[in-house]
Amino acid sequence: MSKSTRITRFRSPADESLTTKLVLVGVSLVFLGFFLFLPLVSVFVEAFRDGWGAYEEALVEPDAWAAIGLTLTVAAIAVPLNLVFGLAAAWAIAKFEFKGKAFLITLIDLPFSISPVISGLVYVLLFGSASVLGPWLKSYGIEILFAVPGIVLATVFVTFPFIARELIPLMQDQGTGDEEAALSLGATGWQTFWYVTLPNIKWGLLYGVLLCNARAMGEFGAVSVVSGRIRGLTNTMPLHVEILYNEYNMVAAFAVASLLALLALVTLALKTLLELRFGAGSAGGRH
Amino acid sequence: MEVSINNIRKEFDRFAALNDVSLKIASGELIALLGPSGSGKTTLLRLIAGLDFPTAGQIFFGAEDASHHSVQDRNVGFVFQHYALFRHMTVAENIGFGLKVRPSASRPSKTEIRKRVSDLLDMVQLSGLEKRYPNQLSGGQRQRVALARAMAIEPRILLLDEPFGALDAKVRKELRRWLREFHDRTGHTTVFVTHDQEEALELADRVVVMSQGKIEQVGSADDVYDRPGSPFVFSFIGESSHLPVEVKDGTVLFQGEPIGVSGEANSSGDLYFRPEDVELTQERDALFGKVTASRRLAGTRIAEIDISNPGGSNNHEPFHVEIEVPLHAPIELGSEARFRPTRWKIFGR
Repeated sequence: MSKSTRITRFRSPADESLTTKLVLVGVSLVFLGFFLFLPLVSVFVEAFRDGWGAYEEALVEPDAWAAIGLTLTVAAIAVPLNLVFGLAAAWAIAKFEFKGKAFLITLIDLPFSISPVISGLVYVLLFGSASVLGPWLKSYGIEILFAVPGIVLATVFVTFPFIARELIPLMQDQGTGDEEAALSLGATGWQTFWYVTLPNIKWGLLYGVLLCNARAMGEFGAVSVVSGRIRGLTNTMPLHVEILYNEYNMVAAFAVASLLALLALVTLALKTLLELRFGAGSAGGRH
Repeated sequence: MEVSINNIRKEFDRFAALNDVSLKIASGELIALLGPSGSGKTTLLRLIAGLDFPTAGQIFFGAEDASHHSVQDRNVGFVFQHYALFRHMTVAENIGFGLKVRPSASRPSKTEIRKRVSDLLDMVQLSGLEKRYPNQLSGGQRQRVALARAMAIEPRILLLDEPFGALDAKVRKELRRWLREFHDRTGHTTVFVTHDQEEALELADRVVVMSQGKIEQVGSADDVYDRPGSPFVFSFIGESSHLPVEVKDGTVLFQGEPIGVSGEANSSGDLYFRPEDVELTQERDALFGKVTASRRLAGTRIAEIDISNPGGSNNHEPFHVEIEVPLHAPIELGSEARFRPTRWKIFGR
């Protein structure tokens, strides 16, 4: 490498040669293109194969409407519930010392580590006709399984780590200094939370909500076990897509699927926007 | 506001961070809690503030037992080590926070709050920076914003945790003088925590020297420097050397030989002295050792001396002492120096 001695440009020790860079960037791009971009494009291509008319028809059909409505309802219940739970859990873990903290963290991760099908089955066991709780609730006219409450429960279970997981490292990082300052200035606990804690975590919280929402709307496995797939009643969008697909109604299936894909894209766009606006790392750089 | 701390004990997981600490702080006093890290000084400050609660003992604000009052009820101004400014609020919002969160009955109007904030900004000499955010300020400015924010609630006492810890040396010196003036102007009872003895001695009316959860000594800068009450204070504050000695018939013996220093009561202990409190001598009754290093220190010279230790303790490691010598003194590396403490203290063992 006699040439290198004549190069005057300084190169940092951690810098790589141009070839290495190109290869690394190329590999990532090809991989992403093949596994992410191509399928995404094909969803939309398939959805619009028979033109805009067929696409629209698939979406305004009553069963599709019902599925969209149910998905929105479930998300509208599950996300706020997990928002409250996630905040409470993250607060407890980040700001207090107590016994069983490590166990609580493990519990929060549980939905990540077990298959969603199992999560669904747990509720079948808990509320099914062979269980104790199911028939008892039924005697009061409350249906859990094969009804909206079961779908909400399964969705809450599957999505509860998202917000907590997003907030825990953020809140641990920030410590309790700001809260102590607010308290010492005479603020009540609620004022401290509202004026100090919440503004400090709002971007992480928003990102957690976005992720939680995306998953709540897209959840398939757990919901599929508890829903019973009654068309127009207990079908969410992902379940509806599967039914249409099994009926070889490709255009309709992909039309509904494209809505879900759109949701993912919007989530991604919002997240990128948040990061651009508030600097790298502020909107959940830990994933 | 007068503060009395009575027999305070604070345990963290059975570990006693403070052990039977009592202290009286007079109204308007400027007090420094000085000690190495782990001495319990910050714990004591947080207990006074009500950010932590004692395991045992009481804290009185004047005649009122504040031991179980929450931090909100105590009405203290606390300046945190890293300022803990609210990063999403402007300087003005930070300073006005304590007024804004008051219950509506005692909350000043918006215009009044604005007026108070601008008065406080004047007081800390930061007028014109109202609209800045904390990350647009220098360390010294943040410090003063934190102080103004704490003062906004008209606290009964002002507590500062390592107020100059995160600042560079020059700003530190300026702010130190500024804080002293500020205190003299406002007359608030002020307690600050520091591990920097220079800071404590220069700034405080009284210095509380702490070590291992206990108060070692309370006194003025002159008291703790000139009349240290314990071996810890002697070695923690200022420079000092110490040698094991015995006292027999009014004479202090080092390794069995008189060193020209008198003592009371027959005992054995450690002889402590400061580098500046020695004189070079030619007499026989003196300490002597080999000069191993000498360094120039402002207007004087410090000589490091090894005194041989045939006695056998510490594996024959020589005793290492430092003495101050006149600039023109004939001190050469490797030569022998004879000297005698002129002021000293013997702490029994």
